[in-house]
Amino acid sequence: MKNDNINNKKLKKKDSTAYLQRNRKKVEEGGTISVMFSGVGGQGIILASTVLARAATVQGYDIKVSEVHGMAQRGGSVVGSVRFGRKVYSPIIDKADVIMALEKLESIRYLDLLKPDGFLFINDYELVPVSVYIGDKEYPAGIIEKIAGVTSGFALIKATEAAVELGEIRASNMVLMGSLSKFLPIKLKSWKKALDDLIPKRVLELNKNAFEKGREIIK
Amino acid sequence: MKNTKEKRLLTGNEAIARGAYEAGVKVATAYPGTPSTEILENVAKYPEIYSQWSVNEKVALEVASGASIAGVRTLVAMKHVGLNVAADPFMTMSYTGVTGGLVLIVADDPQLHSSQNEQDTRFYARFARVPMMEPSDSQEAKDYIGQALDISEEYDTPVIVRSTTRISHSRSLVAIGHRKEIPIKEYQKNCQKYVMIPAFGRIRHKVVLERWENLKKLSSDSSLNSVYNGNGSNKNTGIITSGVLFQYTMEVFPDIDILKLGMTSPIPEDIIREFARGKDIIIVIEELEPYLEEKLLSMDLGSRIMGKSLFPPYGELSPGFLRKVSPQINGKKEDTPDGPGQNVSRISQAQEGLPMRPPVLCAGCPHRPAFHVIKKLRLKVMGDIGCYTLSVLPPLNSLDSCLCMGAGVGQALGMEKADPALKGKVVSVIGDSTFFHSGMTPLVDNLYNKGTGVIIILDNRITAMTGHQVHPGVGMTLMGEETVTVNPEDIARGAGVENVEVVDPYDMKAFEDVLRKHLKIESLSVIVARQRCVLLDRRKPSANEVYIDQDKCEKCGLCIKFGCPAIELKDDTYSISSLQCSGCGVCAGICRKDAIICKSSS
Repeated sequence: MKNDNINNKKLKKKDSTAYLQRNRKKVEEGGTISVMFSGVGGQGIILASTVLARAATVQGYDIKVSEVHGMAQRGGSVVGSVRFGRKVYSPIIDKADVIMALEKLESIRYLDLLKPDGFLFINDYELVPVSVYIGDKEYPAGIIEKIAGVTSGFALIKATEAAVELGEIRASNMVLMGSLSKFLPIKLKSWKKALDDLIPKRVLELNKNAFEKGREIIK
Repeated sequence: MKNTKEKRLLTGNEAIARGAYEAGVKVATAYPGTPSTEILENVAKYPEIYSQWSVNEKVALEVASGASIAGVRTLVAMKHVGLNVAADPFMTMSYTGVTGGLVLIVADDPQLHSSQNEQDTRFYARFARVPMMEPSDSQEAKDYIGQALDISEEYDTPVIVRSTTRISHSRSLVAIGHRKEIPIKEYQKNCQKYVMIPAFGRIRHKVVLERWENLKKLSSDSSLNSVYNGNGSNKNTGIITSGVLFQYTMEVFPDIDILKLGMTSPIPEDIIREFARGKDIIIVIEELEPYLEEKLLSMDLGSRIMGKSLFPPYGELSPGFLRKVSPQINGKKEDTPDGPGQNVSRISQAQEGLPMRPPVLCAGCPHRPAFHVIKKLRLKVMGDIGCYTLSVLPPLNSLDSCLCMGAGVGQALGMEKADPALKGKVVSVIGDSTFFHSGMTPLVDNLYNKGTGVIIILDNRITAMTGHQVHPGVGMTLMGEETVTVNPEDIARGAGVENVEVVDPYDMKAFEDVLRKHLKIESLSVIVARQRCVLLDRRKPSANEVYIDQDKCEKCGLCIKFGCPAIELKDDTYSISSLQCSGCGVCAGICRKDAIICKSSS
């Protein structure tokens, strides 16, 4: 099948390290890291951004989070963002250093908001909008190819597949968070504290495993 | 009042609620409305504060007014258009003033993320001659509540704290403080202050005007308004801004002197004059109307004023927008955070023709079958605000009007009176919460003025669109107490409507029969289409299993056009997603080949 190279692309360790170093330098120099989340209502975007926000706060950063309320229940596009650094002013993002997209269409939809040296995590998962069923538009083909034509800073992660293997499709967001965590200057123990603080006890183990799996995907 | 060392990451709305708690508020009222809804939801968590949903913003403000007259600090919250509903008590409350402090939180919605207009609340403050504060982050959103209440009591005036979506729904760190308990001011009759007959009103108006002069001095001296000196060398340019725009300005123009206004009514002339001295250009960064800009232009400052020539009077601003106009402000080339080499054209090509993902009615929503029937009967539909407003979108395409809360019921009467040929062809639709908000009055208007139409009350037993708040039809208060359940059909019958019927919209055949019957009747009818919002029971396992029998399916596509998000088409196969399906079984009635099977799970 064509596109095997792109679909099974695993980041080499040196790639993630380069991004991590760049991001660490940025906050040390007083800059702000902007992380954007996108997906469809119900995929746990608000929880993902809350976990990142807590981890960054535990680490001691100043932080601003923006949320879009109300579209989650009604199947609409959901976008959120977390900005952290020594001192953060704007709560909304201009361009993002990292985008975490829980669904493929919602990854290319915000491609113009990614900085040229930014990184885009894409969950290998498609949710067809109702507008496609009732209209004459189609779910776009070749999304990954189109993204590859613009930037090499992306990874297609089979987060939903990994989550289903762990027994809960809704943990896809935590798998992606694990992958994303390798790119951000936030210590693992801050992430662990955030998960402990925010995830209900009965699903804490599951979410921790999902997070760990996401970290393993990035070598 | 000092804050402790504890910091929490709060949304602006959560911070406002905390501010009410810390400032000794005892009574809080509101009606849900994006982006203000979470304010009362969070205030209600403090047992020290009596919190209630009122049926609408006018009553909310009146209840709060009563509490203030009885001597306690009160808070009222609403969205921008909610102030239109509350404008009657609000405008005259400027004359009567307060006893216990009263702070009115109004949350604007630039960009209309979720509203029918993007009106600019700031003019209301000038209109009523009351003070107004605009927080620029969650810490200020909290701190300004106590300060607003202090000003309210000292100057005998309601005070507006104005938020916008990006303040209400963004999170930032807030230092937490302790609650101040304020003793009740014992009630004392004062009819010259509180009874606005013309004789007293004339006296109070003069009080308002004198108060305004004192408030101007307050505003000019206030530490809420302060200058941030830029780290650049260009001292000939200055920026004046407020609210969240201050944050965008600090991000994009750290090199330019900024006058940050925390108190924007009265607009502090003295501070502005001093800031503008020696500056050739003053840039006013504000969203929507040139509220600040027009004031500056009237002040004859000597500097060139730029505002709406750079920023549009519609939509919200952003750091990106500020960056785009930066060459006109600091003369530098557009300072993009991306650097060169952004493949702008390749990106736009990649993003061409992406299907939209607008909000849709949920799988199992009872509005869907109701509007499916209404569409089948080719009716004109005068509606209003709620989840059912989404029926305007494809595939239902079944709404002709949405103006404001409750509007459809009166509009349908107007259409019938204008053109009798429309009788029997127009219906009005209104939700349950909206009915209590502003549907009862036009119902009586229809009855009294001999309307012959059909009013359809879509009763899904909750205020749904704003995130499931209770209302008089639910039998539970905001603070979780059981109470009377008010039924819309009882209101209609009690008023004297003869043709009132309650029907379940999931039963499309029954709904169609009832609707057809009442359309023919030559006097007013009220149909209550009652079925619970499907999200209320989403944690319960579905009563039914619904699937498509592939042997019977002829792939005609009729079910897909019904628009339920649980019905999917993949590789030429029609199926129902068990993950999304709610088990309502309505779609089984759509299929002409009986290929959709609805089986009881038990």
